[in-house]
Amino acid sequence: MTIQGWTLILAFTGILIALTKPMGMLLFAVYEGRRTLLHPVLGPVERGFYKLAGIDPNAEQSWRRYALHMLLFQLVLLLFTYAILRLQAFLPMNPRELPGLGADGALNTAVSFTTNTNWQWYSGEVALSDLSQMLGLTIHNFLSAATGIAIAFALFRGFARREMASIGNFWADCTRVTLYILLPICLVYALFLIASGVPQTFASSVDATTLEGVKQTIVLGPVASQEAIKMLGTNGGGFFNANSAHPFENPTALTNLVQMLSIFVIGAGLTWCFGKAVGNTRQGWAILSAMMVIFFAGVSIVYWQEAAGNPIHHALGLAGGNMEGKEVRFGIAASALFSVITTAASCGAVNAMHDSFTPLGGMIPLFNMQLGEIVVGGVGAGIYGFLLFAMLAVFVAGLMVGRTPEYVGKKIESREVKLAVLAIAVLPLCILGFTAISAVLPDGLAGPLNKGPHGFSEILYAFSSGTGNNGSAFAGLTAGTPFYNGLLSVAMWIGRFFVIVPVLAIAGSLAAKKYTPESAGSFPTTGPLWIGLLIAIILIVGGLTFLPSLALGPIADHLAMINGQLF
Amino acid sequence: MFKDFTTAVRPALVFTVLFAVLLGLAYPAALTGFGQILFPKQANGSLLRDGERVIGSELIGQGFASPSYFHGRLSAAGQGYDAAASAGSNLGPTSQVLADRVKADTAAIKTSPGAIVPPDLVTTSASGLDPHITPEAAYFQAARVAQARQVNVTELRRLIADHTDGAMLGFIGEPRVNVLELNLALDRKAAARANTKQ
Repeated sequence: MTIQGWTLILAFTGILIALTKPMGMLLFAVYEGRRTLLHPVLGPVERGFYKLAGIDPNAEQSWRRYALHMLLFQLVLLLFTYAILRLQAFLPMNPRELPGLGADGALNTAVSFTTNTNWQWYSGEVALSDLSQMLGLTIHNFLSAATGIAIAFALFRGFARREMASIGNFWADCTRVTLYILLPICLVYALFLIASGVPQTFASSVDATTLEGVKQTIVLGPVASQEAIKMLGTNGGGFFNANSAHPFENPTALTNLVQMLSIFVIGAGLTWCFGKAVGNTRQGWAILSAMMVIFFAGVSIVYWQEAAGNPIHHALGLAGGNMEGKEVRFGIAASALFSVITTAASCGAVNAMHDSFTPLGGMIPLFNMQLGEIVVGGVGAGIYGFLLFAMLAVFVAGLMVGRTPEYVGKKIESREVKLAVLAIAVLPLCILGFTAISAVLPDGLAGPLNKGPHGFSEILYAFSSGTGNNGSAFAGLTAGTPFYNGLLSVAMWIGRFFVIVPVLAIAGSLAAKKYTPESAGSFPTTGPLWIGLLIAIILIVGGLTFLPSLALGPIADHLAMINGQLF
Repeated sequence: MFKDFTTAVRPALVFTVLFAVLLGLAYPAALTGFGQILFPKQANGSLLRDGERVIGSELIGQGFASPSYFHGRLSAAGQGYDAAASAGSNLGPTSQVLADRVKADTAAIKTSPGAIVPPDLVTTSASGLDPHITPEAAYFQAARVAQARQVNVTELRRLIADHTDGAMLGFIGEPRVNVLELNLALDRKAAARANTKQ
């Protein structure tokens, strides 16, 4: 570990905290439907969209209607992308004459991008045409992000409103987030990426003759436009197989820093927006503090382990940290930091190969996803996932000390707690269930590249990533088979919508409740005691379930490594 | 419930089409226009040319095997540095395959039994296209290249120092040497020397 590395980690944290309030204010303006600076330009577009779609943006929806409209939209988008991927060979902008994807592969990819997972069983530059990347995938990068933020807004309204039957309008939320937040930031961001070396062209590839006279085909494409929203929307699906490790996706250490910030910035801003929405920004800061404690612990472990390196390789005459699967321009610190950010959020972009991390260095990204990616988390998904734990925490606190379980002015009663537990419990059920099935069936066992406990980690990582809607991988796993494509499609769908629907139900139930003013009997939900309780609940409820599986995978792998055992 | 469903059909279809046009076509097309006008070199892949011939991209590494060139990282992209198939090895920390590979490569490039091998020289990069090596890895190879080219080692070391990039603001980025640019500079020096001799 170096001073430079720690400076980077601290600088990242500092800049993120500085960006939290400005981003939160922008989000809050859109949450409230206020005018922003961009309304003179984009207002007509917004109104035109509503008119063509025949909707009234001010028509309030009950949680059931909100959920139904959201789900139907996701289904249509899914089928749209499925069709494009299947028909790729017959569509334009395919100079390399790539064939259409098979049924299982196209389904997996369509589900993957609809659910904000961006799990990729294929190599982007090998399998997809520029049109598929743009029309089939980039659109999801925007809309799955906008959907996540819309759901978060709906839940915020549940807390903020008093005795109301509605939680907003899905179409208005989704459109406004896309037009006033995601699109303008991405335009500026993508231009910065282009200036830094990320290609943006409709030329598909160029042939070079290397210094040693070998032909090198260099794949190009409209990379920057996809890269910007891939990070900002915590999507993570790369244009290229190597994702943000590819020099064309992430050419410099500066683009790397900006990419890391762009993964977290909306999620952090949403904590502030939540505080503002419920009338006390300290509530937001308390949430961000709890997130940052878990985040910092994770970064420290990964950085420490990767910098310490692999004793098996040290014995062979190598010195220093673990550079297998890392890029020189990022080095150990920026690779370790990126891996924790991308899995703490539901991004899943990678700038180093997690499969080649040391066992404990790879365990933290795995654990982050198993916690449900609530440490800042995916855009929208992070904060609504976190609020589920917050509700559970006030409930547990209520049981322990006999206080009324209430949170930011709303009584948390059995209906909310049941729904919250349902949404939280679906994760371990799906992750551990599918991992167990894959670890015994021949089709599942055919997947892992590595042998021994690390092979098991590859399977566990895949289902943690799929269910958590992350999308990063221990990429040694051969996942492009009907078995894994099918199971992971189911896991991704469950992990997204079996959380979102209960969240909307909670929003509806909370919005209908009376406001309960804070009293002497209320448990204070700001301050260190609350932050400590939150962290404890997250680790115990969210984490403990996975300990046995981690013991079989990364922990066994670590013990093998320090004893010099190879597989 | 059924009425809810029917009212959702039209907006679901219309929004899909509208957003597809806006986000899937207009947005990337507009950026391609801006990018091609404002930053034509970067937008087209930061290509390096020698007259008409494209040598490569300054951002994309390429394979070097000759002793008279500096070598880059090991590459798992296709058959090595295949810029149409980026990939890492994905071998784990307790992999026998990885340990065997590291052992063989370390033994092959060790100049003396006690020499410490820079880790980036015997590990695969994440993309398989890493254009850089650490300065230590470049200095490690200086003697070999100097011998193969019949040039002065001190001169080579100066060339490496000139091609070493440091961290921005002291903490953004690791010290690194672009292998293709370094080798290109070597070739250009050799060509210039050949010209003056004539």
